[in-house]
Amino acid sequence: MLFRGLSFTLSGGELLRVAGANGSGKTSLLRILCGLITPDAGEVRWHGAPIHGLREEYARQIVYLGHAPAVKGDLTAAENLSIACTLAGLTASPEAAREALARFDLPAGEIPVRRLSQGQRRRAALARLMLAGTVPLWLLDEPFAALDRSAARLTEALIASHVAGGGAVAYTTHQEANIRAGMLRVVELG
Amino acid sequence: MIAAARCIVARDLLLALRRRSDVATALLFFVIVASLFPLGVGAEPNLLRSIAPGVIWVAALLSSMLSLGRLFAADHADGTLEQMLLGAAPVGVVAAAKVLAHWLVSGLPLVAIAPLIALQYDLPAPLYGTLVLSLLLGTPVLSLIGAVGAALTLGLRGGGVLLALLVLPLYVPVLIFGAGSVDMAAAGLSASGQLQLLAALLVVSAAFAPWAIAAALRISTE
Repeated sequence: MLFRGLSFTLSGGELLRVAGANGSGKTSLLRILCGLITPDAGEVRWHGAPIHGLREEYARQIVYLGHAPAVKGDLTAAENLSIACTLAGLTASPEAAREALARFDLPAGEIPVRRLSQGQRRRAALARLMLAGTVPLWLLDEPFAALDRSAARLTEALIASHVAGGGAVAYTTHQEANIRAGMLRVVELG
Repeated sequence: MIAAARCIVARDLLLALRRRSDVATALLFFVIVASLFPLGVGAEPNLLRSIAPGVIWVAALLSSMLSLGRLFAADHADGTLEQMLLGAAPVGVVAAAKVLAHWLVSGLPLVAIAPLIALQYDLPAPLYGTLVLSLLLGTPVLSLIGAVGAALTLGLRGGGVLLALLVLPLYVPVLIFGAGSVDMAAAGLSASGQLQLLAALLVVSAAFAPWAIAAALRISTE
């Protein structure tokens, strides 16, 4: 058993940091929150309704970024971004997508993602956040892993502005993150 | 929902285009297996004519097995499968789109090249229509049933062998009706009975397999 007796509410405009040692269940908690894992006991509710009954309705309300960057190595960063947005039900104009990729300093043109570095692949995944401002809940698993200073600052700013705009963010990290948000809460596991 | 399905089909076709060798492997496997039989059993025309439907169907079956392992494994490894499960479209629709793309890439080329193999076996020309039609109805069923197995064995060690053990017995009805339809036509009888049974299999599996695949994917990604 990883954790028990855990109960918390996350409202709009709140930032939740899930802290804990390696193996304490941070990733499992985020996967439970997004509905990929069913907890052995207890439930996750969205606006009062259990998420396993809501399925796609709930899926439209969240952005989940896991350990794996979820980009296809044979596609370019732009193709990956546009496919991810379509599947998530987000409508993004081509200009907004180009802008998002440019902000994360990703090379334009026909370069498949597998030829990029680990950090650039991570940036390609994070570019989705630029287009997901309207999605109320972000669940980010180690968003700062493999990022350099400037990309980490940009991600922090995105999270801060999302929270300031009334969204909710839950994230895990081992890095020192410096996010300015009105309501910062911490769940310590283990 | 339609947009998501179209997006997945387009994505998988684009990926197949960028990885042409994977597509070519399954197709070449089909051609080579079907071409080995005349070398093994001898070039007696009557014998070849009578074994042609069975050999072509078995080769199609094995070749469609070959590409099943990659159907969900690559998406599972790079995390895109999770994103599809958390997408705005129902998982059943996602599964149906993945299977359609798999059939377009691995099933349709077999249907197209089958007459060429049939020529090698000196199959009478009037039977080509029945052979192609039976493959056209049968190969999508192979993709649908196979995808259920692929989703169930996702992420398992030795999943490839388990997949074959799981899926090949379920392919038997398709093989019997598929090869049987060409045999019927060769005997001068109407093949419509077998073809209609194949069509029925296709309708039933197209209606139910996507939801079975969706449930299996949810279990495998936990």
